[in-house]
Amino acid sequence: MAHAAEGAHGPMEQFAIHNLIPIHVGGVDISYTNSALFMTFAVALTGMLFWGATRRRLMVPGRWQSVAELIYEFVADMVKSNAGKQAMPYFPFVFTLFLFILFGNFLGLMPYGFTFTSHIAVTAGMAVVIFIGVTVLGFVKHGLHFFSLFVPPGTPLAMCFILVPLELFSYLIRPLTLSLRLFANMLAGHVLLKVLAGFIIALGLVFGWVPLLAVFGITLLELLVAFLQAYVFALLTCIYLNDAINLH
Amino acid sequence: MPQFDPSVFSPQLFWLLVTFIALYWLVSKVAVPRVGEVLEQRARVIQEDLDRAVQLKAETDAAAAAYEKAMADARSQAQDHMQAMQAELKAVAEKRTADISAQIGKQVSDAEQRIGAAKQSALDAMKGIAADTARDVVAKLTSLTPDTGAVDAAVAAALKETR
Repeated sequence: MAHAAEGAHGPMEQFAIHNLIPIHVGGVDISYTNSALFMTFAVALTGMLFWGATRRRLMVPGRWQSVAELIYEFVADMVKSNAGKQAMPYFPFVFTLFLFILFGNFLGLMPYGFTFTSHIAVTAGMAVVIFIGVTVLGFVKHGLHFFSLFVPPGTPLAMCFILVPLELFSYLIRPLTLSLRLFANMLAGHVLLKVLAGFIIALGLVFGWVPLLAVFGITLLELLVAFLQAYVFALLTCIYLNDAINLH
Repeated sequence: MPQFDPSVFSPQLFWLLVTFIALYWLVSKVAVPRVGEVLEQRARVIQEDLDRAVQLKAETDAAAAAYEKAMADARSQAQDHMQAMQAELKAVAEKRTADISAQIGKQVSDAEQRIGAAKQSALDAMKGIAADTARDVVAKLTSLTPDTGAVDAAVAAALKETR
């Protein structure tokens, strides 16, 4: 039993998906897993925070209302300053995205937590939806003129043969970079924490405190990364929205 | 790595869709309208307060200006009043001084007249006495009775000489 437990505690074990409620519809596996459970937690916590904080809607906000207003204004300013006022209809989407990733990242740092943002399927799912959505939006807003996005203003015609493929490539690679950035950050952070935590036990009472301090420091760093990656993801979404809405 | 096991893709994507839509609904129906309402209301109240402060300041300025004006008016009015009073008092004083000096002048001239009259009567009386004396002296010395008219003329001539 001790051996089985040891095997189950590798640095990758924390990313394993466990079926909690097996569901199969038309041959497709849509089981409720630990990942889905933490997504549910993220939604529930966000809902509780915003529902509870804005229940009284005070002129002079209390502690929780201040937090809710702070996050709201942070994301609203991000959308406004990066994609302009015309992008405000997409503010709820960016806000949802930010909260979903932020709570997912934070919940993953809790003991016994599962980080659904450390799965490429989740980050790629969001990135692809954003990519398709932004591209469709761009064509709806500007029609074929949207292709001018790939020609930076003031480019000599000769340069176009080099620049347009480059721009096109950098545009098409967006879903990949967007999803990999979040996925890799979360993965690396959690693996690092797990490996260092393993050293604490391995080195014992004499030297174990060295990795313990490291784990403490890296946990603080990971809290920052958790926020930063949610911010970066939402910020890049704003920048993509800006491309689609305002073109150049 | 569990991340690259394709069998776990579909449940994750399905529940991602479900939970994300749920959160989107929560955010767009509860969080954004409520927080937006609070922020809007606060901005409105602050704007109203600022507007009212500006208005009150204008009112205060107007009141201060009115006060200054009333003060200046009152001051100039008081000045006028004082000047009028002074002029009146001066006129009264001058009139009284003039009256008194006129009165005094009249009294002086009256007195002078009286003195003149008294002098005249004294002189007249002296003339009579001198004439009588002269007649008596003549009668005693010469036993003649001098003509009254001649004596009087002589006395008058003598008086004229002495004068």
